[in-house]
Amino acid sequence: MMRTVSADETAPTTHPWAVHAEELRVRAGRHLAVDGLDLALGTGVHGLLGPNGAGKTTLMRALATVVKPAGGRLTLLGEAVDGRADLRRVRRGLGYLPQQFGFYPRFTVREFVEYMAWLKEMPKAAVPGAVQRAIDRVGLTAKAGARMKTLSGGMLRRAGIAQAIVNDPAVLLLDEPTVGLDPEQRLDFRELLRDLGVDSCVLVSTHLVEDVVVACTDVVLINEGRLVYQGTPDDLVTRGGQGDAGDSAAERGYSALLRRHRAEAGR
Amino acid sequence: MTTHPNPTVITRYADPAADLDEVTVWAVEVHLEGCADCRALVAGSTADDTRALLARVAAGIDDGITTGPAPERRRSWSATPQRWLVWHLVPWLTMTVGVLACAVLLQALTPGLPSLVSLLAPVAPLPGVAIAWSRRHDPAWELIAGTPAAGLTMLLRRTAAVLAVVVPALALASDRAGISLALTLLPCLAFTAATIALGAFVGVRRAALGLGTAWALAVIMPAVVTAELPVVLRAGSSPGWALLTLTLAGFALLRADNFRRLSSHN
Ligand SMILES: [Zn+2]
Repeated sequence: MMRTVSADETAPTTHPWAVHAEELRVRAGRHLAVDGLDLALGTGVHGLLGPNGAGKTTLMRALATVVKPAGGRLTLLGEAVDGRADLRRVRRGLGYLPQQFGFYPRFTVREFVEYMAWLKEMPKAAVPGAVQRAIDRVGLTAKAGARMKTLSGGMLRRAGIAQAIVNDPAVLLLDEPTVGLDPEQRLDFRELLRDLGVDSCVLVSTHLVEDVVVACTDVVLINEGRLVYQGTPDDLVTRGGQGDAGDSAAERGYSALLRRHRAEAGR
Repeated sequence: MTTHPNPTVITRYADPAADLDEVTVWAVEVHLEGCADCRALVAGSTADDTRALLARVAAGIDDGITTGPAPERRRSWSATPQRWLVWHLVPWLTMTVGVLACAVLLQALTPGLPSLVSLLAPVAPLPGVAIAWSRRHDPAWELIAGTPAAGLTMLLRRTAAVLAVVVPALALASDRAGISLALTLLPCLAFTAATIALGAFVGVRRAALGLGTAWALAVIMPAVVTAELPVVLRAGSSPGWALLTLTLAGFALLRADNFRRLSSHN
């Protein structure tokens, strides 16, 4: 009879896309790792796929406003973030888990997430509650008081996810979040992703095609810094044939798209 | 909130089997939010199994509260980030203070040489500032660089932490060595501002390294060789240092946006 109305449906939006890149170019060292990428992402969970060196991490860093684009246009939540823009307002709405992230080994999990909440300029009164909720959501409640240096790889990853979601970001960027998680934790994580994707724009970079098919509403495939394909997981599955490499229909679809793209680029 | 819904409507609202149209349900719901009497009526007309369920839920919650973890003690968590910085800076600041103490001692032993405290004052804060703002030394750099707090304000806060140690040490050293306080503190502040201003372009660490080396080669070495205090550190030069500090600080403020990103040269 009644259904839950998500925050996303009632909030006034002044921008058509949460993430909008046009002809985006980003350098990694001297090399242009993202080279003329066009991408538009709205609410939902988007899985970012691509071979090693495709520019996934560099793209993530540019979207996280950590590195400055070398060219093109990039808009986050309706605000331009290329050039000399004031990034403060946009950054309050961002969550970012880098592929490798450092931390202060003597901090406890709670102190780490609190520090990040403070850096994200959250209202002081909201911090303790938000920190507890983020730690609960990643399943680290029992470890909240443990020092970061005592955590296993999977727990560290989850602490990293907790700091990324602590401010309820409108744009959440997770670079290889499932590395180090055991199968059961990965299932929990997929559940969390679906939950987060209800009213924010989540971009998850991964090398696991299966994760994308199960947990994402949208697949983004890039190669050599350019967009190769954007579509639904169901559509990705139909792209592969019997002759393509891969153990599942989705993996075969992934290989087929890449092969076709390389053939076209080679011509 | 004066017209209460008809009690039969409330009974039908509470009964999951009764068929009540959506408009009436909404109206009752809105009224219930503000009327305790009618809420009591709803509670009274719920079926026994519903009441049993609610009692079970309440017992479960009570049980969870008593057996679950104790509420986290409220701490002054804003002290946490500073704790890391303080521990990290301790060895470098100890070294700075040690070098200044040696300078005081040497100056007492060799009265013929120009004041070593004056010569070292400009570069005294540089190692600390370089360490406080360096991605090699801050493990969480990439995480921090993506937050709204990252930027010149944070650099200034960390610089202030360094100066909080270096300035009193310099004041004490210049007092012991019997030289003008203005001629040690103003060059110290000018070089700090210069490091930040130059750091906007080449990174704070490189700026500190470059300025320190330049000062050593252009001023300290000739002064030691000629045994004469350079003109820039003699009495009367303090207005110049003050002006330089203000200019460089203003310039650094204009370049504030250069500190917002993780740039490769930090
Ligand atoms: Zn009433």
